[in-house]
Amino acid sequence: MKIVVCVKQVPDTAGGVKFNPDGTLDRGAMLTIMNPDDKAGLEAALRLKDQYGAEVTVVTMGLPKAEEVLREAMAMGADKGVLVTDRVLGGADTWATSTTLAGAIRNLEYDLIITGRQAIDGDTAQVGPQISEHLDIPVISYAQDIKIEGDSVVVERQYEDRYHVVKAKMPCLITALSELNEPRYMTPGGIFDAYKQEITVWGRADLKDVDDANLGLKGSPTKIAKASDKVRKGAGEKVSLDPDESVSYIVDKLKVKHVI
Amino acid sequence: MNLEEYKGVYVFAQQVDNEISSIAFELLGKAKDLAKDLDTDVTAVLIGSGVKGLADQLAEYGADRVIVVDDPELKDYRTEPYAHALASVINEYKPEIMLVGATAIGRDLGPRVSARVATGLTADCTVLEIGDFPLQAVPGQEQLHKQLLMTRPAFGGNTIATIACPYNRPQMATVRAGVMQKIDPIKGAKANVVEFNPGFTPDNKYVEILDIVKSVAETVDIMDAKILVSGGRGVGSPENFKILEDLAEVLGGTVSCSRAVVDSGWKPKDLQVGQTGKTVRPNVYFAIGISGAIQHVAGMEESDIIVAINKDADAPIFDVADYGVVGDLNKIVPKLTEALKAEIAAAK
Repeated sequence: MKIVVCVKQVPDTAGGVKFNPDGTLDRGAMLTIMNPDDKAGLEAALRLKDQYGAEVTVVTMGLPKAEEVLREAMAMGADKGVLVTDRVLGGADTWATSTTLAGAIRNLEYDLIITGRQAIDGDTAQVGPQISEHLDIPVISYAQDIKIEGDSVVVERQYEDRYHVVKAKMPCLITALSELNEPRYMTPGGIFDAYKQEITVWGRADLKDVDDANLGLKGSPTKIAKASDKVRKGAGEKVSLDPDESVSYIVDKLKVKHVI
Repeated sequence: MNLEEYKGVYVFAQQVDNEISSIAFELLGKAKDLAKDLDTDVTAVLIGSGVKGLADQLAEYGADRVIVVDDPELKDYRTEPYAHALASVINEYKPEIMLVGATAIGRDLGPRVSARVATGLTADCTVLEIGDFPLQAVPGQEQLHKQLLMTRPAFGGNTIATIACPYNRPQMATVRAGVMQKIDPIKGAKANVVEFNPGFTPDNKYVEILDIVKSVAETVDIMDAKILVSGGRGVGSPENFKILEDLAEVLGGTVSCSRAVVDSGWKPKDLQVGQTGKTVRPNVYFAIGISGAIQHVAGMEESDIIVAINKDADAPIFDVADYGVVGDLNKIVPKLTEALKAEIAAAK
């Protein structure tokens, strides 16, 4: 079985959010990580590899620096890494990104494609389903469990108040939730090997069956009219009292605000 | 693409088990505003099996027209037949704007459909308005009027971006649940109901649903609660949520939680507040033992009053709390429950 996993290098919004003195986000100072949902997708692929035997190829699109997440993925156990990087691909929205990734994946053999549900920087959850549309294969989003049965996958697909057990014939694309699993750590041997291996680097010319009109900033139907860092409402009061006084404080405030 | 051909504001009227989801009514409320600004009308697209009878409800919440796609293949949500239905409606009727709820269904359906009809899609919008693109006139670039301007948070809620889709139609957005306002239903309102069936032929993209497993029924949706008592990892254990439940009961409120609590398996996902959970705006939000990661704050900062109890004086939750109390929740919360019980009894 051949599995392609799409991963993205993202700023770590959970741990190290840094601000400039003027209150804007200092992106340069923030650490980058492998997007958590993507890492769960990679772990899911590696578990399928452990269980059934599979070749796992990790694909990322980004700046040359994004090679780091491929090395990390390979240190965890992925077999191959493909970096899609080219100046003309920059500034892409989800349509242009999915067009690019589909163009790269057309060069690869795959039974299964796994992406994270969404990236923590954009939070769109759109790229996975859009890739599946470009490749004309089924998509199962929000996967909380993945099993292989013959030539099909059986996936628990999460909704707000239920889950569906869904069966699809491969090839198929699955988007993974970070709840899916606890990703493994890199091993020292894995890290050593990961840095010895070649990474495949593809540019615009290597993308298959894509039109320039659908790539990069120019090929993005959505355009940013305005972007600003969010102005948060200021902090209110903060008190440090003993428990009884704390209780009286809260009760008084709820009275003043006519909650009780 | 002749943009002029595309007219009207359309809403995907999500239904589950043949019951219209609240998000559909919220979208209709917003669609009515947008349609007024554009001097056009509102169409709801209702997709399912045996759903035609639901059209009147959509009319009561503001739909001028309802396009019904009714087919046995559409009984339970599956990406392909629904994407085929909605994409076919778009190709046939050419809407100017297509709104979809940012639900577990909409966030799957929206991207698949937008890719099929080759237009842009803006995810998880919190503000929609009609305006100019670019916002200010720029020399050498034509300023387009009456564009849909879609505003959404990104970067875990740290940045806000306003996005347009000026050269493609429809302008598509998924919209976060609980943000747009429904109108008061107009009893007896009727819409022009149009039936449309593009034909459904199963292919490789049709998946098979083997089983549907519903969560144990939670009686209250946290998005509808006026008072939320929300617990984080600091609560310590699933058993200790009892003290939060007691507090919620006294106030007629509901218990919710942070992502850490769901990840630990203490509470089900549908009680989760935050970026990857639900957006809530109750009258009072108690954040108890919640540190206040930005992803959590993004889902609750619109609450009218925020009360935080946390033993860590530096917890970021205090940056958004109206009333912050530094202290041990195990000591404070049970006493608070007792005190409120006494206050409420005295007031009667």
